Amino acid sequence: MNFINKSTTRTISEISDRDTASAVRKNGIRYLWSKMRRRWQLYVLLVLPLAYLITFHYVPMLGAQIAFRDYSVRDGIWGSEWVGLENFQRFFDSYLFERLVINTLALGIFTLGAGFPIPIILALSLNQVRTQFFKKSVQMIIYAPYFISTVVMAGIVIQMLNPRFGIIGQLGEQLTGRSTNLLADPTWFQTIFVGSGIWQTAGFATVIYLAALATIDPSLHEAAVVDGASRFQRIIHIDIPGILPVTTVLLILNIGNFLNIGFEKVLLLQNPMNTSVSEIIDTYVYKVGLASQTLDFSYATSIGLFKAVIALLLVVSANYIVKKMGQEGLW
Amino acid sequence: MGLLKLRIQRKSTGIHESSGDWLFLSLNTLFLLVILLVVLYPIIYIVSASFSDPAAVTAGEVTLLPVRFTLIGYEKIIQYPTIVQGFLNSAFYVGVGSIVNVAMTILAAYPLSRRDLPGHKLLGAIFFFPLLFSGGLIPFYLVVRDLGLINTRWALIIPTALSIWNVLIAVSFFRTAIPEELFEAAQLDGCSDFQYLLRVVLPLSGSIIAILFLFYGVWHWNEYFNALIFLRDQSLFPLQLVMRDILILGNMDMNMLTDIEQQVIQQALKEQLKFTVLVVSTLPVLLAYPLVQKYFVKGITLGAVKG
Repeated sequence: MNFINKSTTRTISEISDRDTASAVRKNGIRYLWSKMRRRWQLYVLLVLPLAYLITFHYVPMLGAQIAFRDYSVRDGIWGSEWVGLENFQRFFDSYLFERLVINTLALGIFTLGAGFPIPIILALSLNQVRTQFFKKSVQMIIYAPYFISTVVMAGIVIQMLNPRFGIIGQLGEQLTGRSTNLLADPTWFQTIFVGSGIWQTAGFATVIYLAALATIDPSLHEAAVVDGASRFQRIIHIDIPGILPVTTVLLILNIGNFLNIGFEKVLLLQNPMNTSVSEIIDTYVYKVGLASQTLDFSYATSIGLFKAVIALLLVVSANYIVKKMGQEGLW
Repeated sequence: MGLLKLRIQRKSTGIHESSGDWLFLSLNTLFLLVILLVVLYPIIYIVSASFSDPAAVTAGEVTLLPVRFTLIGYEKIIQYPTIVQGFLNSAFYVGVGSIVNVAMTILAAYPLSRRDLPGHKLLGAIFFFPLLFSGGLIPFYLVVRDLGLINTRWALIIPTALSIWNVLIAVSFFRTAIPEELFEAAQLDGCSDFQYLLRVVLPLSGSIIAILFLFYGVWHWNEYFNALIFLRDQSLFPLQLVMRDILILGNMDMNMLTDIEQQVIQQALKEQLKFTVLVVSTLPVLLAYPLVQKYFVKGITLGAVKG
């Protein structure tokens, strides 16, 4: 109650101030202040989310300085000894460096290259279906795997590939004549990872393309039909150009984001036999920092930071390119 | 526009289809049927195996339909204490976690959606930046540790109290779905920002609140990594982490399912239970799925429209 009274008196004093305020309008700070004061309730709403953001996003950014220190539990983040770039140097000199970078790049590029075109083809194909019931049913079914958890997805892969009773495992045995566990075979890991990823997400990824296809002006199709264009020709000359802007933006943004591979699934599908291809930067950070006998927070943080900086550069350049093309970027 | 589209569709569904188009449409339908098969087959296989005789499963006899139908896997699974406990824990994380998430998201998104809020651009940038750059796993872990959240239920709720992506979706909703005239009218009536949010905006926001609950709920139900790094006691584990032990690491204590003694049957049942676990854990999401699918599509489309 008190609050309301106070704010009403404030408004009254503001009104009396207004004449003088307009005289010093060039001193915009005061004007801004009065505008902000009028909206104080909105700032109050933001207090909790901002507190969360600072604690769990910005404080860790400051905490990343331990990449340049030799972190010890006793001295903490701010007290541990500075070591400059020593941790980074150690990583670059490590025999694992090259392998981790190559594995990360390979998995990212493979995921993007194989995974990106499929939703587009699916959307173009779905868009041609005339029976609404069939279209809706297909959509419903191909979206479904998206809602399966990473653990279940990995479980399905492991069960299907089981060399003894898994359906793909058995098939492999019949084809090659010997019992093989594909998950223990480094040459198959990337295919399994990317394939299961496409199975899980390609359907749902059609959503955006279908939305874009729905915005294409129907009169274009009508005119093409009058001119005797076949359905296939209309896809090539109307549908594809129609979704091209969305596709380009998504492609560039995906390129900017391609280092962020679903490492939680990599971790689940990893085993000692396939680490030569399945060990990527993110899984290594987890192992060094949180899941080994001798935890090395500083070293793990420096590896993570190395990736985060490259990822940031990629996204910023991707966004720059999108904007240069005259499209709306991420910001 | 809509009418025109309808007319074209009706026209093209008629007998005017040329023979080339007819062939094309048939091939297209065939293509989609193949896709359906590829998507459905693993699901059918898993479900069938979960209803099959354990011996048939380990012998590799199950290919499409259940072999020697039985419910033994399901009978055993509900006796397995850590799975039951995991189920209950997950229900807690989904329930409490989503409520916190949705409240926080609206608290953040509503003010950010107001273009008349001085500094909304700066605030937006502060919210957006962590999507581009993060301190990384270890510094995040250290914050959670220093707050004393390790090995508590709150470790799965507070550090993930807000998803920035979902804030963007909600901002986009508030900007497009709530007419600005309403605000002007309410302001003339002397309505404060709190009152306006509570009495005008929220009652109009049913669909975005549903979308947010679904996004967060499914996320919580499916999440395992934070539980893996933050929790030690099995009694706190969500279902996904329990399943990771069973499915990936192969740790299943068959002694908990006392009455079976023969080694061979035990071994077979152990494999079959993995299929049962897969089905049981996905069931809640897939049962709700047909009802909520359209909200997901709406949410994703909303996210694509920049607010």
